[in-house]
Amino acid sequence: METVTDKKIVIETRDIAKVYQDSKIAVQALRDVDLEISEGEFTAIVGPSGSGKTTLLNIIGGLDNPTSGTIRVAGRDISKLKDSERIDFRLHNIGFVFQQYNLIPVLTARENVEFIMLLQKIPVHEMKARSLHLLEEVGLKEKANVRPSELSGGQQQRVAVIRALASRPKFILADEPTANLDSASAANLLDMMARMNQEEGMTFIFSTHDQRVIDKARRVVTLEDGIIKSDEIRS
Amino acid sequence: MFKLAWRNIWRNKRRTIITIVSIVFAVILSSLMRSMQLGSYERMIDNSVRFYTGYIQVHKLGYWDEQVLDNAFYPPKGLQEQIESLDGVEAAVPRLESFALASHGTRTKGALIIGVDPEKESHLTEMEKKITEGTMVGLNEPRVVMGSGLADYLNMKVGDTLVLISQGYHGVNAAGKYAVAGLVEFGLPQLTNQVVFMPLPAAQYFYGADGLLTAIAVVTDQSGYVDDVREAILGDLDSSAYEVMDWKTMMPELIQGIEIDNISGIIMLLLLYLVIGFGMFGTFLMMTKERLYEFGVMLSVGMHRSRLQLLIFSEIVLLATLAVLTGFALSLPVINYFSQNPISLPEEYKTAFEKFDIEPIYAFSNEPIVFTSQAWVVFFMALVLSAYPLYKIWKIDPVTAMREGR
Ligand SMILES: Nc1ncnc2c1ncn2[C@@H]1O[C@H](COP(=O)(O)OP(=O)(O)OP(=O)(O)O)[C@@H](O)[C@H]1O
Ligand SMILES: [Mg+2]
Repeated sequence: METVTDKKIVIETRDIAKVYQDSKIAVQALRDVDLEISEGEFTAIVGPSGSGKTTLLNIIGGLDNPTSGTIRVAGRDISKLKDSERIDFRLHNIGFVFQQYNLIPVLTARENVEFIMLLQKIPVHEMKARSLHLLEEVGLKEKANVRPSELSGGQQQRVAVIRALASRPKFILADEPTANLDSASAANLLDMMARMNQEEGMTFIFSTHDQRVIDKARRVVTLEDGIIKSDEIRS
Repeated sequence: MFKLAWRNIWRNKRRTIITIVSIVFAVILSSLMRSMQLGSYERMIDNSVRFYTGYIQVHKLGYWDEQVLDNAFYPPKGLQEQIESLDGVEAAVPRLESFALASHGTRTKGALIIGVDPEKESHLTEMEKKITEGTMVGLNEPRVVMGSGLADYLNMKVGDTLVLISQGYHGVNAAGKYAVAGLVEFGLPQLTNQVVFMPLPAAQYFYGADGLLTAIAVVTDQSGYVDDVREAILGDLDSSAYEVMDWKTMMPELIQGIEIDNISGIIMLLLLYLVIGFGMFGTFLMMTKERLYEFGVMLSVGMHRSRLQLLIFSEIVLLATLAVLTGFALSLPVINYFSQNPISLPEEYKTAFEKFDIEPIYAFSNEPIVFTSQAWVVFFMALVLSAYPLYKIWKIDPVTAMREGR
C-alpha cells in the first residue's frame, strides 16, 4: 500500500466514457472510468465478455479516443495528439501485446523482436544485442531464426511480449494475451511477464477472464457493463 | 524494408505467380503483336520509301501532280553534289522515270522505265542485292535489268532482247532494243511486275531527254533527319521552279493505312491490358484485405501510415518489375529471332497478299519502343491500381483494421 502511492503515475483517466454509435443502436461501452496506474504495476483488467476491457485498453493505448473525459499518459493528454504524433507517441511510449497474430509472418522471431526498435531507429548493434539477450532470457534463443508459423502459440506470445519490452516503453498493454493458449502456456507466459515486471520494473496492464491469470496479478480492476466495479490491490 | 517487401510478395506464392504469369503473358503477347505491327510498318515504309521513292525527292514544280516526262528538269549544275554534301545525307540519286510498252515475241505489257545511275542506286534500292538472275548493268551499257514478274509475263530470261516503244520528251518517238542483263525482285510485287531499270544515259537517249531528270531521290542516314534535310534543300533551291517533297507527302495512303492499322492494334492491346488490369487489381485487393489485421498491428506498435504505404507500394512495384523483366526475358529472344528471320507466308497466301501490294512476309521489329511501351503500360497500371491499397491504408485506424481483419 505504502509504496504504490509514492510511485509516479503513468496513466490517469478522468470520467472516461465511450459510446459506439453502430448504425441505429448506441452502445455505451464505458462510463465514468477513473483510473490511475503507477509505474511498476502488474495490473489485471477483468470482467465478463463485452464489459469494455478492450475498449479501455485501446483508449489507454492511444488507439481509440474516448467520447468524453480525459486521458493522460506519461503526463500528456493523448486525445489531443494528431494522428502521426499519436503513432510516434505509441512507438516510443507504449508496448502492445494482442490476443493473437501479433507477429509479422514473413519475419523471423528475432526480426520481429527487432521490428519496433527498427522503427525507433535504434543503432543496429544495440538492437541485435537486445533482441538476442531477450530471446535468451525467455528460452527462445534456438528459435531466433524461425518464422512465427513454426512457433507454438505460447512461444509466439512470448516473442510478442519481448518485442514490446525491447522497445523500452513506459508500460505494456496486453489484451487477453493468454486467451488462445492452453493453461500450461498461459501460466508460463504470465510467469515470464511477472519476472520482467520484477527484474526490469516494467509496468504491465493486461486484460483477462482466466481466474488463474487473475491470481497472478497484484492489482485487479473489475469492469462490468463499462463501469469499474471493484479495484483491489493484493500483496 | 526491401527485404520485408520481397518476402511479402512471396507469402502467397500461388497468387503472386498467377499475377506475374498473367502480366508476363500480356507483355509477351503485346510485345509480339507490337513487334509484328511495327515491323510490318517498318518494312512497308522501307520497301516503298527507302527502296523506291527515297525519303525526299526533288522535282520540277508540279511533277508530283502530273507525273509525265514533259515535267522533267535539267538539274542545276552541282545540285547533286550540293545535296550530298548536306549533313545527314547519304546519297542523292538521279532518276528519269516514264512508261513504255515492253514487248517480247508476241507478248506486250506496259512497263515502268526507270533510268538510274547504278552506282548511286545502290544507296537507295540496293538493286545489286536484289538481282535474282544475271548481273547488274554498268552506267554506260545499253542493257537493262527488269523485274522478274515482268520477265515472267513476257516469257523472257537473261540474255533475251526486250523491245521498248514509247513517246519521248515533248512528243518525240522513242523505240529501242535492249538486252536483258539481269532480273530483280523487290518487296513490292506491283513494282516487280512492271519495272525496267535502264542506265540513265541510255534512258535519256531513249526518251530524247538528254541531261533531263524527273527526280532526284535523297537518301538520309536516318529517317529522323528527313525534316532537317528537306529544309536545307529547300533553302538552296528556287521554290518557284522546284518542289521538295518528303515521303509522307508522297505516300499519304501508306501513312493513312498504317495509322488506321496502328490504332486498331492499340485498341486490342488496351483491351488485353484491361483484362490483365482487373487481375492485378484483384491481387492488390486481396493483398490489402487479408492483411488488414497485420496492418492494424503495425500501425498500433508505431509504424507510420506513410511507411506502411511505402511498403505496399514497393511490393507492387517489385511485382510489376519482376513480371515485366520476365516478360522481356522471354519475348526478347523470340522477337530477335523473328526480326532476323521474318516469317515467309506459304505460297497459297502470296497471291492474296500481292493483290493488296503487300509483301507476303511477317516482319518483326526489335525497336526498343516495342518493349518500353509495355513496361510503361504495366507500371502505369500498377501505379493507378496501387491507389486503392494506399487509400485504404490512409483511411483505416488500427482498431477497426484489427476488428475487420480478424
Ligand atoms: N467498434 C465497435 N462498434 C460497436 N460496438 C462496439 C465496438 N467495439 C466494442 N463494441 C461494443 O462495446 C462493448 C464493449 O466491448 P469490448 O470489446 O470493450 O469488451 P471486452 O470486455 O473486451 O469483451 P471481450 O471479453 O469479448 O473481449 C461491447 O458491447 C461491444 O459489443
Ligand atoms: Mg476484448
